[in-house]
Amino acid sequence: MEFHLDQRSGLPVYVQLVQQVKEALRLGLLDVGDQLPTVREVVAGLAINPNTVAKAYRELEHEGLVTATPGRGTFVAETLVSSSVRHHEELRRTLLAWLIEARRMGLDEESILALISSTVREELDRRVA
Amino acid sequence: MTVPLRTEALGKRSRSRWALRDCTLAVGEAEIVGVAGPNGAGKSTLLGLAVGLLAATEGSVRVAGRDPRHDPAALEEVGYVAQDAPLYRSFSVGELLELGRRTNRRWDGGLALELLGGLSPRTPVVDLTPGERAQLALALALAKRPAVLLLDEPFARLDPLAGRHFLQVLMEGAAETGSTVVLATRVVADIERVCDRIVLLGEGRVRLDAPVEELLSTHRLLTGARRPLGRIRGVEEIVRERSSGRQLTLLVRTNGLPIDASWSVDEIGLEDLLLAYMAPEQLQAPTPPEPSRLRWHG
Repeated sequence: MEFHLDQRSGLPVYVQLVQQVKEALRLGLLDVGDQLPTVREVVAGLAINPNTVAKAYRELEHEGLVTATPGRGTFVAETLVSSSVRHHEELRRTLLAWLIEARRMGLDEESILALISSTVREELDRRVA
Repeated sequence: MTVPLRTEALGKRSRSRWALRDCTLAVGEAEIVGVAGPNGAGKSTLLGLAVGLLAATEGSVRVAGRDPRHDPAALEEVGYVAQDAPLYRSFSVGELLELGRRTNRRWDGGLALELLGGLSPRTPVVDLTPGERAQLALALALAKRPAVLLLDEPFARLDPLAGRHFLQVLMEGAAETGSTVVLATRVVADIERVCDRIVLLGEGRVRLDAPVEELLSTHRLLTGARRPLGRIRGVEEIVRERSSGRQLTLLVRTNGLPIDASWSVDEIGLEDLLLAYMAPEQLQAPTPPEPSRLRWHG
């Protein structure tokens, strides 16, 4: 996999790296046993601090998603596909029904996306609090 | 474990003026520290003292526990890339690598070649672009696998593309060697993504010394209506205030409590944040701040 950075996201770089690995795990782009790029490869590509990459990999290891083997590299230990994809279809159906309802009430795409992202944030804040 | 770079109340006076004073720092293993500040802030003086080119007027500096001015063994532990990467112009790339191999006890020629990428050893130094010259100086410094790598404005003269490439090679070298890196620069945007920590110098003093993440997470921009300022909930210190018309904008250091809801709160980037600490008087209107407000550290 290849990492990229969004300078405007406001998210710390290590968080962006963690999220991109998780995204790849969810989408099945990374599978158990796959090797993550080495720290040296990542920093040579993105011009970021090696400690930042190490921090992201430690975080992923802490969550049990990867294992680091000294001298060999960091490997995917668990995929996120099974736990989420199973429910995708059902959730997609509910969401679709909700979208049709929203359109009927006159919301355009921008308002819909704004409503979704603000609700996601609100729910996140509530969980953190 | 000795600290790779440590200064204690370090000071350097040149003629009547203190170029650096009261500088106490400890830079840890594999840490990457950006030394920021305007021209004349003391950045080059600090690096010059650490590499033993300058003698301290007071205080001390130690590299891997050794005195760089008087202990030759200290110099084996320091890699130094000076401004404009001065190199022997009549040499070829390969001859400089050979010189490095012969004059250094510890020398990783393989790493130097890797970091040079496709640069041919036969190329005369005089034919190199500024970017390639900087890259060569960096490769020579890292081939020593130094405990501490010091860089003084390495990309001041490079175009953005060459500057970016330089940072990529620098980070690759840092990952490979585990060297502690101290990078002095006026241009903070260049180093935002690569530094663990920022030391901000101003008029020879340490104005700020904190991890980048901490700086970003503890500073916020507050915007609100102009009104008499009492204590604002959630605010530890006002770094800078600016007003235009009826609107007041404050750069504040927060104290972790939720911020008074009558203010609109925004995050602030590292570059803007450091500029505010560097030159508050230029950005501030209408009354200058009390000097004590600007000193978070030092």
